[in-house]
Amino acid sequence: MSIVSPANLRRIGRQRRLVTGAVITLVIVLMAIFGPLFAPYGENEIVGKPYTYEGSFLGTDYLGQDVWSRVLYGGATILINSLLATALGMVLGIIIGVVAAYWGGWLDEVIMRLNDVALAFPQILLALLVLTAVDQPSWYVIVLLVGVSHAPRVARLARGVALGIVSRDYVTAAEALGESRVRVVLAEVLPNMNAPLLAEAGLRLTYSIGLIAGIGFLGFASNPSAADWGYMINENRLALLVQPWGVLAPVIIIGVFTIGTNLMADGIAQLSGRGD
Amino acid sequence: MTETSLLDMNQTGGCTVSDLRVALTGTNLDVVDEINIELRPGEVVGLVGESGSGKTTAGTALLAYSRRGAFIEHGSVTFEGQNVLALPWEKVREIRGMKIAYVPQDPGAALNPAIRIGRQIVELLELHGIGSAAERTEGARAGLREVGLPDDDEFLARYPHQLSGGQVQRVALAMAFLPKPKVLVLDEPTTGLDVTTQGMVLKTMGELCRSHRVAALYVTHDLAVVANIADRVAVMYAGQIIELGPREAMFRQPAHPYTRALLDAIPHLSRARALTGIPGSTPGPGRRPTACRFNTRCEYVQDRCREIEPPDVEVGPDHTARCLRVGEIGSWDIDRGNTTDADPNTDRDIILTIEDLKVFYGRKEVVHGVSFDVAKAEVVALVGESGSGKTTISRCVGGLHRQWTGELTFEGRPLGKGSRARSAEDRKRIQYIFQNPYLSLNPRLTIAQIVGRPMELFGIAKGKAARDRVVELLDAVALGPTVLDLQTNRLSGGERQRVAIARALAAEPDLLVCDEITSALDVSVQGSIVALLENLRKTRQISMLFVTHNLALVRSIAARVQVLNAGALVESGFVVEVLDTPKEEYTKRLLSASPAVD
Repeated sequence: MSIVSPANLRRIGRQRRLVTGAVITLVIVLMAIFGPLFAPYGENEIVGKPYTYEGSFLGTDYLGQDVWSRVLYGGATILINSLLATALGMVLGIIIGVVAAYWGGWLDEVIMRLNDVALAFPQILLALLVLTAVDQPSWYVIVLLVGVSHAPRVARLARGVALGIVSRDYVTAAEALGESRVRVVLAEVLPNMNAPLLAEAGLRLTYSIGLIAGIGFLGFASNPSAADWGYMINENRLALLVQPWGVLAPVIIIGVFTIGTNLMADGIAQLSGRGD
Repeated sequence: MTETSLLDMNQTGGCTVSDLRVALTGTNLDVVDEINIELRPGEVVGLVGESGSGKTTAGTALLAYSRRGAFIEHGSVTFEGQNVLALPWEKVREIRGMKIAYVPQDPGAALNPAIRIGRQIVELLELHGIGSAAERTEGARAGLREVGLPDDDEFLARYPHQLSGGQVQRVALAMAFLPKPKVLVLDEPTTGLDVTTQGMVLKTMGELCRSHRVAALYVTHDLAVVANIADRVAVMYAGQIIELGPREAMFRQPAHPYTRALLDAIPHLSRARALTGIPGSTPGPGRRPTACRFNTRCEYVQDRCREIEPPDVEVGPDHTARCLRVGEIGSWDIDRGNTTDADPNTDRDIILTIEDLKVFYGRKEVVHGVSFDVAKAEVVALVGESGSGKTTISRCVGGLHRQWTGELTFEGRPLGKGSRARSAEDRKRIQYIFQNPYLSLNPRLTIAQIVGRPMELFGIAKGKAARDRVVELLDAVALGPTVLDLQTNRLSGGERQRVAIARALAAEPDLLVCDEITSALDVSVQGSIVALLENLRKTRQISMLFVTHNLALVRSIAARVQVLNAGALVESGFVVEVLDTPKEEYTKRLLSASPAVD
């Protein structure tokens, strides 16, 4: 009855999109976690002159630090922050969406109109607005901002999915028995939403990475001296023509990673679309 | 077949299917096999089978069509001297719709919702290049007249959604008959229609077939419908035609044990019957037993039934059955399952009273002041056509609908509006069972969780004790303990409905509200569910409010009946009196339109 039954694994295995996405994601996550162990140089170690091909194969950055080593070091923060932000956004969004769908009536109307207002703001703008007010943002400020800005988008999807489920007879049956509303949501509604929500989580993870890298690029890193894929693009952009790897290496890795998570989300959506 | 009929057939149409086999792509599993049937001009052949029997596959194979994932492996459909299955697709396309027409199950889905009715019919004629523009419009009008629909410009200009279900189905019939086909395949064309509408559609269809000398194959799961319109009946089981014969013979002297069991499972309008089901379910491709395919469920099974493939045995004129033991199992009597009607003169111990119930959806009043009552261990049936308010009333009693006025009194206590306004005691003692067991059970929970939950909620049992009681309840609804930890997607429709009944029983109710609980199920399963409910009523003294559109079923299950029309009570009383001597015009009309086996 678990998702990891042999039959399900076979079905997942046939889904080439999902498998490709999962493999890419896994490789990059492993690289971000264990990368620092294999880095030829330290995170802030000066290995030569700035913007030259000294050090390992990707050359040096604006301070003469080794680009390859910084790529290996710089993934952990961005991945952890994106994961946390995605989780926060999903939880908030699901709560809002399911409450709106299940209670319905005027509450639904009010929540969703407020949600529409929140949706009208571009995600990055909202984040920047707050970040400029905060002098040196801590990591949790970034996570909070990205997470909260995801919530209205998740809420819309969650409400749509939940609407199809709250009208099913088994939900009505639970209500007729007199189950508490919280239990109806937790036991009857939520478990039947997990496939589309899983796909949405994958997509939101993609956006989180993009957003957090973007925020880093715009100069808001929680620890400016530490390596960070987004911040690295900013640091080295002046020498794009002289030593392109300082910019290209983090760009490529962010690109590949978002493609991986996106493929995975797509695969999950297709798998669940075929009827679960 | 005599010499003359063969000659006759060659001149006027008809078609012969022989040794047809449709298999699943990439396997050697058959969906249907060894189909031999002759369709004669001006005759309606009813092809009856339960879900999974392959009846639709057999029907569409006549048009040289098979659904995705299946293919026509061998066989022939001889029509006007040529084998349709061997023709190139261009030729088949000319024949489809023109010579061999098809009426689908859901005409709403077959008509294009964005094109006006008149245009759709004319388009069909254009496609086949019939007549000039004026002639085509005139043809469309004539076609609509034939099926008893208006033929004025206003009607031709309507969109499909502006017609009722019965009208849409008659438009589909008109379109099927318009190119003057020789053979017509109808795939459950009246499923989902009300009885009076169904009666009209069937009458139209029968008349057209006979007047146009069309050979029709009427595919359905409903034996009662077949008994009314078919000249000959073919019964399908697990992909084979197991019995084929003239209608009278099939209903008076059915020879095959499966046909007999099916007839034992269907309720009659004219008398109460103790319905029985057929144990197990129709095996799908790949799970069918070898030799006789019915051997796993047959009550007359012998060892040789598992070894020898039974041939078609001639049991009467034009009547064959695919059974080794046809001569040995004796004759069948339609009255075998008869029981006495519920006695009107018993004392009634009232537990539920409904007084002047008015129900609203928003501002619209849909039920207008209905009053009746239910006694202990009594089954009260609510019957009516769709939109009559029968389900709405049951939902108010079950606490699923809150917008009503009037009095609902359960054992002397007034019932609140909606389940949250009721005491736990009231919620526990009135249980609601839904129409569609595919929607009423949470697919993420196991059977043990589903059935055990009301016990936990109402503090009846917990943990190990609860699980033991779940096993007991599953046993009471004829399910084994092996299903305990399965999810519902592993169960068939009948098994799911049994789980739903077990869940209702888990709360130890005094009143069950059953909303069309057998209408999504096959007749053999319906039979066993009805037998189960009757047993529960007797052993546990449970009262039931039984909502249904099937008047024949009412006779076999209920003691009292309330006939509803457009939200008002038309007639009520004891089942025997209302069904045998109806007083109101509406009840009479409903009764005469109900298809009956007898």
